[in-house]
Parts: sequence; C-alpha cells; structure tokens
Amino acid sequence: MNKNLPALIIGLVAIVGIVAGVYLYQNSKADTNPVAKINSNANANSQNTMKTAPPGAEPPWTKGAPNATVTLEEFADFECPSCGSFEPTMREVKTVYGDRIRVIFRQYPLQMHQHAYDAARAAEAAGLQGKFWEMHDMLYDKQKSWSKEMPDARKEFENYAKALNLNVDKFNSDLTGDAANSRVAADKKRGDFIGIRATPSLFLNGRLLSVEEMQITKLRELIENGLQGK
Amino acid sequence: MEKTSIQIAKLPLLAAIVAIVGLGDAIYLTVHHLSGQGVQCTIVHGCEQVLNSDYATFAGIPLAFIGVAAYFTVFSLATLAAFGNKGAWNFLSVMVVLMAVFTTWLLYLQGFVIEAFCQFCLLSAGVTFSLLIIVILSRYFIKRLS
Repeated sequence: MNKNLPALIIGLVAIVGIVAGVYLYQNSKADTNPVAKINSNANANSQNTMKTAPPGAEPPWTKGAPNATVTLEEFADFECPSCGSFEPTMREVKTVYGDRIRVIFRQYPLQMHQHAYDAARAAEAAGLQGKFWEMHDMLYDKQKSWSKEMPDARKEFENYAKALNLNVDKFNSDLTGDAANSRVAADKKRGDFIGIRATPSLFLNGRLLSVEEMQITKLRELIENGLQGK
Repeated sequence: MEKTSIQIAKLPLLAAIVAIVGLGDAIYLTVHHLSGQGVQCTIVHGCEQVLNSDYATFAGIPLAFIGVAAYFTVFSLATLAAFGNKGAWNFLSVMVVLMAVFTTWLLYLQGFVIEAFCQFCLLSAGVTFSLLIIVILSRYFIKRLS
C-alpha cells in the first residue's frame, strides 16, 4: 500500500464518472430520437413510416389550409410540462403562417401523467361541440392549475367547459363516452406505430424534428424553406 | 484510529460508498437535464415537472451538476478520511450538514411549490440524509472514544 492510494481511488472514480456520464448522454440522445429507432428497427425512413402508420383519429384536428405545402403534425400530452412550454412556439407559428400551412394535433397522453387521458378526452369532448381548439388552448393555459395531484381533474375540466359556453351535461357524458375515447386511442395508436417516445414530438412533412429544430427561430426557418419548396 | 497503512476507518468508508450512490444519481440527473430530455416528456421518466421547473437551475448551472460536484467532493473527502485524514472528515462533516439543509429546502420545493416529486431527486435526498446520519454517528463515537 502506498500513500497515493486515496488519490488513485479518487481519480479512478472521477474517470469512471465522466465515462459513464458521456456514455449515458450519447445513449439518451439516441433514445429520444424516434427516427433513429425506426431506422434501425424497420429500415425505413420516417416519411415512409408516417405513410404506412395507422391514420389516427379521422378527421384529425387541424388548423390552416388542407392543401398547404407545409404540414406540421404534433403529438402532445396536455399534462406534459414540456408540451406546455412548447405551446407558445406552436401558437406563434399558427399566428404567423395561418392558412399558408397546415397544423395537425395528435393526442399522445402519457400514462405517467395522472390526468393526461382525461384531459385528452376533455379536448375531444369539446371537439364534439365544435370547440376542440378552444379547449386545447384552455388546457394549456390552465395546465398548472389542473396538472397536480388530485383525485379527479374532471371538475376542473367541467369549469372550462362552462367558460367555453359548452353544453356541460353533454360535455360530461362525452368525456367518458366512446367517441372521445376512440379518437384518443386512434391517435395514440398512430403515435405508437411511428415510435413516439417523447412529447412534444413534431413532424414537418413527415420528418421528425429534433429538439433543436423545434426552437422557434429554427422552426420558422424550416417552414419558410418548406413554403419556398426547398 | 490508528495510522497504520492498512487500517481503513469504517464510517468514512461507508460514507464514501454512499456518496458514490449519490454521485451516480447526480450524473444521471445531469445527463437527463442536458440531453434535452428536460425539453420533452419521455415515456420512461417522470421527472419532467421537477426538472423543467425554475428551480432546476441555480445561476444558470443545473442543480444536478452541483450535486455531481458535491457528491464527488464528499466521496473524495471520505476516501481521504478512510485512510486516516481527520481534517478531511471535519471538512466533510460541515459540508454534509450544509447539503442536508439545502436538500430539506429542495424537498420543500418539490412537496409544496412544484407539487411533484422526482424519484431520482428523492434518492439524492436519501443519500444526503444517510451521510448526515453517518456524520452524526462518527461524532458520537469519536466523543465516546476520546
């Protein structure tokens, strides 16, 4: 045993720690990139996967022009805080490009979020009365007030339905009804097939965007390019 | 504590092992924070609400990284102490007490402000409180022995 043993042990742990950190970092990058997964699994690019995937709820919730050259398809979970923080970006894009692009919203509630499924169904229930986007916006605006530990968030959603002047009785029965449920399930099925692993996931003309590409400046650049047919 | 070269103090050794658990946890959380997973909610994790909160960074530095630095320092000091460096153990004791105070604040934030718990942050809290118990035990035993 020599005097350097403590320093040796400390150095070794530092090296192992750094190597483990770098390895985890690389690994997690690959993990959150569904396209990388799909490519390795199915040997197909994401555009093809999007075409062969189940269609999701029909018709989907869309904004903008049906035949726009740029289509953004977002998979999101109303309770996911990251989706909440991403929402201003989507709103800016919708405001700036309006009818020049098409935006599709897909339900992708995550199991780990307590009220995510109820929230998804609440948006669908509002949609059955023609106010999907209004409820969509409301759920994000109020995300902090309902996305916490509580036995039931449906009371909250009922208040939002009232605020949006919906027929509350119909809203409540639709919330637990088959129509809303099967739409959410259909979107979820599409997402699962595509290999969604994180929300929000955003596709531009069928290509999954990276987290960096979802930053507003980069995203606008990509949309501009798409509009110019690049 | 005799100063022969093969004598390894047991409590500091235990502290070093516990600190390694904390170090691993903090490395994991730092990676989670940096890899952009903090920007998306992933299927397998449930820490987004905590890691996305305003409290996840301190002066621009991810808290998890401060955790890495703290646990690595504690591990280093515990290793030195295990080989008989008493000064290292004294320094470690002060540090662990401060860490425990900070951890209590973080637990308060998770429980009452963010209203969401992150299991990896809870593991870190467990590690810090374990270290605190080891430090208290060591103080008690040293008093008894002297």
